[in-house]
Amino acid sequence: MTPLLQVANLTKRYGARIGCQDVSFDLWPGEVLGIVGESGSGKSTLLSCLAGHLKPDLGAITYDSRLGARDVLAMSEAERRLLGRTDWAYVHQNPRDGLRMGVSAGGNVGERLMAVGARHYGQIRTQALDWLGRVEIAADRVDDRPSAFSGGMQQRLQIARNLVTGPRLVFMDEPTGGLDVSVQARLLDLLRGLVREMGLSVIIVTHDLAVVRLLADRLMVMKNGRVIESGLTDQVLDDPQAPYTQLLVSSVLQV
Amino acid sequence: MISIENVAKTFTLHTQGGVVLPVMAGASLQVAKGECVALTGVSGSGKSTLMRMIHGNYLAASGSIRIGKTEIVGAEPRTLLALRRDTLGYVSQFLRVVPRVATRDVVAEPLRVLGVPAEQALARAEAMLSRLNIPERLWSLSPTTFSGGEQQRVNIARGFIHAYPAMLLDEPTASLDATNRAVVLDLIHEAKARGAAIIGIFHDVEARRAVADREVDVTGFTVGLAA
Repeated sequence: MTPLLQVANLTKRYGARIGCQDVSFDLWPGEVLGIVGESGSGKSTLLSCLAGHLKPDLGAITYDSRLGARDVLAMSEAERRLLGRTDWAYVHQNPRDGLRMGVSAGGNVGERLMAVGARHYGQIRTQALDWLGRVEIAADRVDDRPSAFSGGMQQRLQIARNLVTGPRLVFMDEPTGGLDVSVQARLLDLLRGLVREMGLSVIIVTHDLAVVRLLADRLMVMKNGRVIESGLTDQVLDDPQAPYTQLLVSSVLQV
Repeated sequence: MISIENVAKTFTLHTQGGVVLPVMAGASLQVAKGECVALTGVSGSGKSTLMRMIHGNYLAASGSIRIGKTEIVGAEPRTLLALRRDTLGYVSQFLRVVPRVATRDVVAEPLRVLGVPAEQALARAEAMLSRLNIPERLWSLSPTTFSGGEQQRVNIARGFIHAYPAMLLDEPTASLDATNRAVVLDLIHEAKARGAAIIGIFHDVEARRAVADREVDVTGFTVGLAA
């Protein structure tokens, strides 16, 4: 088996300021990698570089595509966009950034299918309905616009839109941020089930340690743009080694 | 099956002035297939610390811990994940689950992760739950609202649902009544009979006598407590 994604010495600067620096890791098929750290630690910058939304200054990203290993940074824009519609998915923190708010729920899901060549209206609608069901959105809401949905429903719709094309790698930026806790739990359960059933590899950025404990296989802890500690999730949380990780873990309020 | 050699553990408390606490040194222990070893020693002597190092959520400072042929000290996360998936079972004292997930799904999950089809995994989960006397009306509810004893049994059901060749049991009979304790002891006997190597912590002396082949006092490995 080869890693799905290999990242080496990835560095992104904003002028003199460091976005992220010298980040290297391998992501294996079916693995969920959590990236944690406080605001400004560089985790979102890293995710944007990985997903091709930002161009890093240095480093290499290799993706094991269905057609063999590809150098992500050397790809043409067209090729990267195709990857973004098929093999990759990106779940934004704010569902408004990942949805088309003026298009119906069914249309949001169907659009991604059409982008990869689906043309049969009946089949697209059936598949959209199937996915709305999987993310627990009632079938009678298929023609409603996302603007009529609650925050939790919008987030689930964004997930359906992203996963309908059967991606292999999903990037998530604080997917449960801004949702109330009962909705978070429901979303976590849903994500765990989908990861297992579809064999997804996921890179999830969050500042919520409880979320990564339940969702991530392993963790990277970031501070000032660098990865300061990484390892198995429960090992990093139960026996943190770096001073900052110890501070982070001991600062969580017990419920 | 489980081989521990000269393991040491140190905690460095960076948030408390960088205090370095050596807590364990020279821990060595071998457990054969079909054998159950009970860890003993006073509270704070390091029974749970040793268990956690074997499970991989505590990092050993030095030494070697092998489960079958797999070395745990310094192992890659994915090696440990694979080991936990099919070889090393762990029944902890605490149940940690995603809220809202039904008990039968919680118990079936280790099988689902191994690729057992949903229907079959759920049927085995239900059989295990009835064996542990969890009433059927609770199966579709999340265990987060269950009593301590019920949560403990859900944990045990989840830990014994797959025939792991090596198992770690942290107080598996705590907070159980006599009937359920007998069921758990039976499960442990069955695991031994099929060749599982087991390391357990049992404060319950009768339970320990019933299942353990020998006892290892971890006080001998404790820095500052060793005679």
